[in-house]
Amino acid sequence: MAGQQQTALQAGACAHDIIIIGSEMFVADYSGALWSPTHRLLIAADLHLEKGSAYARRGSFLPPYDSRQTLQRLEHVIARFDPHTVVLLGDSFHDVEGMAQIGAEERALISQMQRKRDWIWITGNHDPQIAGWLGGDVQKTLTLGDVVLRHDPVVDVLPKREHGLVGEIAGHFHPVARIVRHGRSLRRRCFVSVGGRLVMPAFGAYAGGLNVCDEAFSALLACEKQDLRVWMLGDDDVFPIRGRELCGD
Amino acid sequence: MPPATRKAAPAREKRPVEARASGADTRVALPDVFADWFAARGWSLRAHQAAMVEAFARRESTLLIAPTGAGKTLSGFLPSLIDLHAAHAERSAKHASVHTLYISPLKALAVDVARNVMTPAEEMSLDVRIETRTGDTPPARRQRQMRTPPDILLTTPEQLALLLSHPSAANYFADLKLVVLDELHSLVTSKRGDLLSLDLARLRTLAPDLVSFGLSATVARPTELQAFLAHQVAPDDVMQLAARHQVFEHTEPHIQILESGERLPWSGHSARYAFPEIYEAIKAHQLTLVFVNTRSQAEIVFQGLWAANDDALPIALHHGSLDVAQRRKVEAAMVAGGLRAVVCTSTLDLGIDWGDVDLVVNVGAPKGASRLAQRIGRANHRFDEPSKALLVPANRFEVMECRAALDAATAGVQDTQIIRAGGLDVLAQHVTGTACAGPFDRDALYHEVRSALPYSGLSRDRFDRIIDFVSTGGYALKAYDRFARLRENPDGLMELTHSRFAQQYRLNVGTIIEAPMLKVRLGRARKTGSAAALVGGKVLGEIEEWFTEQLTPGDTFIFAGQVLRYEGMKDTNVFVSRATASDPSIPSYAGGKFPLSTHLAARVRQMLAHSESWGLLPDQVEDWLRIQQEKSVVPHPDEILIETFPRGDRHYLICYPFEGRLAHQTLGVLLTRRLDRARARPIGFVANDYAIAIWGLGDVSAMIADGRVSLAQLFEQDMLGDDLEAWLSNSMLMKRTFRYCAVIAGLIERKFPRAEKSGRQVTFSSDLIYDVLREHEPDHILLEAAWADAATGLLDLGRLNGFLERIDGQIRHIALDAVSPLAVPVLLEVGRERVPGMDPDALLREASQELIDEAMGTG
Repeated sequence: MAGQQQTALQAGACAHDIIIIGSEMFVADYSGALWSPTHRLLIAADLHLEKGSAYARRGSFLPPYDSRQTLQRLEHVIARFDPHTVVLLGDSFHDVEGMAQIGAEERALISQMQRKRDWIWITGNHDPQIAGWLGGDVQKTLTLGDVVLRHDPVVDVLPKREHGLVGEIAGHFHPVARIVRHGRSLRRRCFVSVGGRLVMPAFGAYAGGLNVCDEAFSALLACEKQDLRVWMLGDDDVFPIRGRELCGD
Repeated sequence: MPPATRKAAPAREKRPVEARASGADTRVALPDVFADWFAARGWSLRAHQAAMVEAFARRESTLLIAPTGAGKTLSGFLPSLIDLHAAHAERSAKHASVHTLYISPLKALAVDVARNVMTPAEEMSLDVRIETRTGDTPPARRQRQMRTPPDILLTTPEQLALLLSHPSAANYFADLKLVVLDELHSLVTSKRGDLLSLDLARLRTLAPDLVSFGLSATVARPTELQAFLAHQVAPDDVMQLAARHQVFEHTEPHIQILESGERLPWSGHSARYAFPEIYEAIKAHQLTLVFVNTRSQAEIVFQGLWAANDDALPIALHHGSLDVAQRRKVEAAMVAGGLRAVVCTSTLDLGIDWGDVDLVVNVGAPKGASRLAQRIGRANHRFDEPSKALLVPANRFEVMECRAALDAATAGVQDTQIIRAGGLDVLAQHVTGTACAGPFDRDALYHEVRSALPYSGLSRDRFDRIIDFVSTGGYALKAYDRFARLRENPDGLMELTHSRFAQQYRLNVGTIIEAPMLKVRLGRARKTGSAAALVGGKVLGEIEEWFTEQLTPGDTFIFAGQVLRYEGMKDTNVFVSRATASDPSIPSYAGGKFPLSTHLAARVRQMLAHSESWGLLPDQVEDWLRIQQEKSVVPHPDEILIETFPRGDRHYLICYPFEGRLAHQTLGVLLTRRLDRARARPIGFVANDYAIAIWGLGDVSAMIADGRVSLAQLFEQDMLGDDLEAWLSNSMLMKRTFRYCAVIAGLIERKFPRAEKSGRQVTFSSDLIYDVLREHEPDHILLEAAWADAATGLLDLGRLNGFLERIDGQIRHIALDAVSPLAVPVLLEVGRERVPGMDPDALLREASQELIDEAMGTG
């Protein structure tokens, strides 16, 4: 187990939600957002707004309330932390058409959250452009000390420690973890980290999940599941889980 | 009013007919070729066969109730063979429509019956084309069947729905004369029955002359089946009924309860104690069917019998999870007379004819009088000889239950079955299918749907909401109007907007949502824990996904008659190796699959209350009840007994509702919530068919004594309101129910488990949809449908409600110093059953605390 993790844990029982990446300290929130107290900066990944209407265009009429639900949840987190900066880590919209589909009420909610704070849309594979009328800045990456924030984790860059960056925070993979206890199986969204890399859970109401034991993750993180650090999301807390306890789907 | 129906009162009660004793029925004049055929075989027309021929001639829809072996199948087909023979010249001229449809719940049954009907047709050289159409029928033959329909088509409810969604359905069925619904009793109480009822209504619209025949085993309320076959006119009018013809068994079955010399177990379901005695019974007969209630029981009994099998008798195992090839082998061996016993589950319940069985053993309580009657019917298929059956109770309560079932069988009583209101999800599927066949008129479809019994009470408002649901999802927020699936055309008819919706429908038709099944394959991991290194071998069968979810590598469990070690999982394969251990570490779910029927429960309560009847029970059971009487009390049939006592550092509350496991589990959750609110600090509960045990840290006896806990309030009927909703809406059970409804209704597509799993596949769970819908539109029609399903099927709310009403003011509390004899069986279930309703966050907290302890060096 990484030394920093142990230090964080030893700092007190309530510090189980602290994640150190590079030289930056973050707090993992049960909502799936990540909080940087140093920068008063809040990160949320993979909102997939308007996924419902994207499905409806293809003939599956999922309840059309997913954008509202996701944005209301984001509003609650913002109210709790009152950040100076909000960073949405890519795939904020399920597709580019979705930006035009979003309802007036949801649009107003976005504007209201943007008031009196910086707002950064990181672009993702689902939303390579963000419409100007949505407000905020649009960037491909953002650097926070020696940590880079981007949507899609880049496999090669980190080991080379280019540009003095030692950490990376990304989304894209929608990690979930599963454990089995007392004959019961629990599958929850999670933060997953190995070395200086952290992959954030998807924040969107209709964003599905990929098990961290899946091959796609081992290729990305290049390690056995025993070495993974995982924080599963509970109803009102996050729970660090030992890598060896994780189960595939 | 359409033909072939009649007013309910008085239902046509044909005089019971004794089939063979009455001999040939001379009222019906058979065409020569048929008469000759009967004569050549030395047979004569049985009375009920003649009755069906007459009913068809009168164009009268009819329900035929007859025990297995009475020649039911031929009764159904004889009229159409005769009619086809007579109308041959006329038909071959146009021949664009099917003459007779036969619908069976099982593919296998359709194939089996096809053989049985083709034989007489061939022997009489009738020019009749008889074909089957199931999911296995190759596409080329399906297309040919559409172009040139066979005279008689044998198929399943799902395939019928597909045929009806075809644009040429109206022509295809225009000249349909007869529809035969086989094993109707097993279809009507499920969603498949709902689908079938709607399809039947559709057929009646397409072919107004249609006669429907139902074939059924003995049931408690035949009028429901008669109504199912008839065209209902209006919900508040008199129920329309088809005619009925019943063949009574005039031989009483010989049923015995095993009188064991062994000690009767307090609890459990395996009946291990009786294996040697069952084995002796097998030795004394030619072919024995050993019926059990669940797959895991089948595995345990099979193992136990082989352990006792000193004579190496050929004893086989048959249950739904075994590999199909393996099952076919067992069936073939049975027919060939190569077996002495088969341990089986309800997969052998239905009317397939497998050979000369001379003894039926029922291990465990039969749970319902009708189920027992049907199982016993398997013995001696020459139905005029008495059937012989042996009941083997697995524990002490089951002794009473077996006794009750035996009394019911002797009295010829059946359990009540109730056709529930039709599922709204099934209706949505049917509306989509109807639109696939062509534009429809809303009003006409509403009237057609209400002519089906399960939907006869459907309100116009609900119907319209379903139409909206199919069109655009039916949400209050009208976000999807521009993507609509159905739209009104200039003629005012509802029309499908795109042909891809028809393709979508065809892929997703049906009401059976299979629990995802995984293949069990022999194979060993080269490196522990790494699924990539698993190498596959022989397939042993299939297992439910939920079962494998609780396994971690190294766990052992029983399957296919052996103890297996779980190695790992890859895609749809579960890899196992043969284990050396004789005891599995993971107990298979051992409870009964079927809840105790209300009828048997009432009989058991009566038996318990009347100590003079205890003499009929084995001495051990009688002693047990007498000691209960001394130490506590034995409850009256109309009161509920509640016992409280301390044990170890826990306090227990036991109640004995006798309402079956499903209702008890619901009650257990709700009582635990209420006790928690009363600060009795409950920890867990366990339920079986007879009782519920709740344990906790608070001294519940003292709390009842000083009024901190009021039993009257604890059991008040209002628990089925807010408490139920608060628990249920967040439960896994409700989410699963919602998923089934969403798939059937066509909101989400049927998943073929793991089939499409690619390197980076993101699973999109219906739970997410459920959560969003519940939060933003809690009264959506699909949530309504899911709630209705959960209430009737999974929670047994109706029964629970009846129970709470019955015990109002009838609670009898006894505070004891120690556990009572009656409480022992349910307490022995503790630890065997999973505790439902445990907070998932508590599990997470526990797992993460271990990590923290480890990191802090305090673990």
